[in-house]
Amino acid sequence: MTAVIEPTGEVRPREELGARVQHALHRHPAIGPASVLVASVIVFSLINHRFLNAVNLSLLIQQVAVLATLAIGQTMIILTGGIDLSVGAAAILAQMVMAQTAANNGVPGVLAILFGIAVGAATGFINGFLVTRIKLPPFIVTLGTLSVYTSIGLRYSGGQSVYATSMPKFLIWTGNYVDIGPYQLTTGVIMMLVLFAVASFALTRTAWGRHVYSTGDDPEAARLSGIKTGRVLLSVYVTAGVIFGLAAWILIGRVGVASTNNLTNANLDSITAVVIGGTSLFGGRGAVLGTLFGALIVQVFQSGIALAGVQSLYQVLAEGILVIVAVALDQWIRKVRR
Amino acid sequence: MSTERDPGVTPRLEARGLVKTFGHVVGLAGVSLELYPGEVLAIIGDNGAGKSTLIKCLSGALALDEGEILMDGVKVEFKSPVDARRAGIETVFQTLAVAPALDIASNLYLGREVRSAGPLGRILRKLDTRGMRSTARERLTELGIGTIQDMTQKVETLSGGQRQAVAVARAAAFGSKVVILDEPTAALGVRESGQVLSLVKRLRSQGLAIILISHNMPQVFEVADRIHIQRLGRCAGVITPHGYTMEEAVAIMTGATTLDA
Repeated sequence: MTAVIEPTGEVRPREELGARVQHALHRHPAIGPASVLVASVIVFSLINHRFLNAVNLSLLIQQVAVLATLAIGQTMIILTGGIDLSVGAAAILAQMVMAQTAANNGVPGVLAILFGIAVGAATGFINGFLVTRIKLPPFIVTLGTLSVYTSIGLRYSGGQSVYATSMPKFLIWTGNYVDIGPYQLTTGVIMMLVLFAVASFALTRTAWGRHVYSTGDDPEAARLSGIKTGRVLLSVYVTAGVIFGLAAWILIGRVGVASTNNLTNANLDSITAVVIGGTSLFGGRGAVLGTLFGALIVQVFQSGIALAGVQSLYQVLAEGILVIVAVALDQWIRKVRR
Repeated sequence: MSTERDPGVTPRLEARGLVKTFGHVVGLAGVSLELYPGEVLAIIGDNGAGKSTLIKCLSGALALDEGEILMDGVKVEFKSPVDARRAGIETVFQTLAVAPALDIASNLYLGREVRSAGPLGRILRKLDTRGMRSTARERLTELGIGTIQDMTQKVETLSGGQRQAVAVARAAAFGSKVVILDEPTAALGVRESGQVLSLVKRLRSQGLAIILISHNMPQVFEVADRIHIQRLGRCAGVITPHGYTMEEAVAIMTGATTLDA
């Protein structure tokens, strides 16, 4: 009785290049966006040599920090098969709470930041609660909370901006410059990079990460494997909310003013970064590092097209095409069978 | 496998008078069964006979209205599949319950991941990925599915038979006592079905108690030691493949004849 389940799927003697590429992308979803990033950097530096100089690259990464941080939380949510349209509104609300409590209510900086992060976590909890307990689709929940959080932010701030001059130093600490060789980064940029490292570790090296992926991949299979999928989802939304709070802090440091006019495009931009970064909108597939590349690609296009002296509307056009290409690529990768 | 049991032997799994209703629909109307170590008990029955309800109750996916379940003579109560698994009952659902985008090792350990030793595992909760992979490979080899070598292969890249093998391996790999297989060959071709049936026989020879739900009479008659026939929410009888023909089994299943007990 020694029948052997033969690896019928293993037989790939005359695998074509296309199939091999497909297989590699299937295994390492971040390869795609990484190559696009490298290619676009090369192209833009050929068009205008100034693209590669330290000042431009430093500015580029400073500009991407807030969006990239928001996109970490968005990635986690999309990995579960969800989507968050309230990203920007949640961050703005957290930002206004940080700035207002510190500037107008005299709360110490550290505490103000913690309040803001707690508000971020609360927005995530509300989204997660509605998704897991009331069983509403994430798209609808966050479409609703987008308006709710936006209006609460406006009501709370009275439409008033808070300027850096009236804030404690700790709030704009994320805007402090850190020089690394010829490159000028900010503490906010470093915070963003650290967050990517932590998120990547949590998603790929811990049981929680496996549960996040399996919940997004096949919720029923995850449940039958003994995973409390509701709890996993809720934890993802709350974690994302905390990350949105941290993004708000980086935002204050970056722009030096807390205003409800910030981050107007953040909701869709964060989804764009995640999708270009190779994470599947259907959940369960992708990598948070791909999102870093995705956010960088968007920024590289923005900067490169501006330096090439082309109208900025072409940047929007290019971004749109990239999203469609990325999703088409995802569909193709998902077709890999045997 | 003989069906003559020493009355002193305690069944590994015993169900007594299981009742489960869904509103006015009666799923189980008092079903009992006994399952011994090292035996394959097949459960057959027409659609709506209560097969699925029965295994869902045994695997903790459904709560019982009445009746009791005993493991090794001790009464147990399952509120969730996790409870049943803790008691040693593993179920391979027809949908397999594997995560296609995760690799083989991750699937084998899904829901019971192992953390690495030392501070990385204790403080950062890092998983022992390498250890899980090598143990997964050992388990698959023990089960005679050692030809799948690459534990980092994603499950969706496997063939149907290999996926089934991974699902069965997961059920059998962690010291379980009872393995419930729901239509394990329904989606497979002839050759792959044969491989899964060999795997079932191998698990039996290792002393596991196995419940096999199947529509495929030749397969049931090939591997089962006893056959539990479910009809209209009740047990219409338990037969052996030696004492009855397939036609007789089908006749009992459909109510064309009755078994005088």
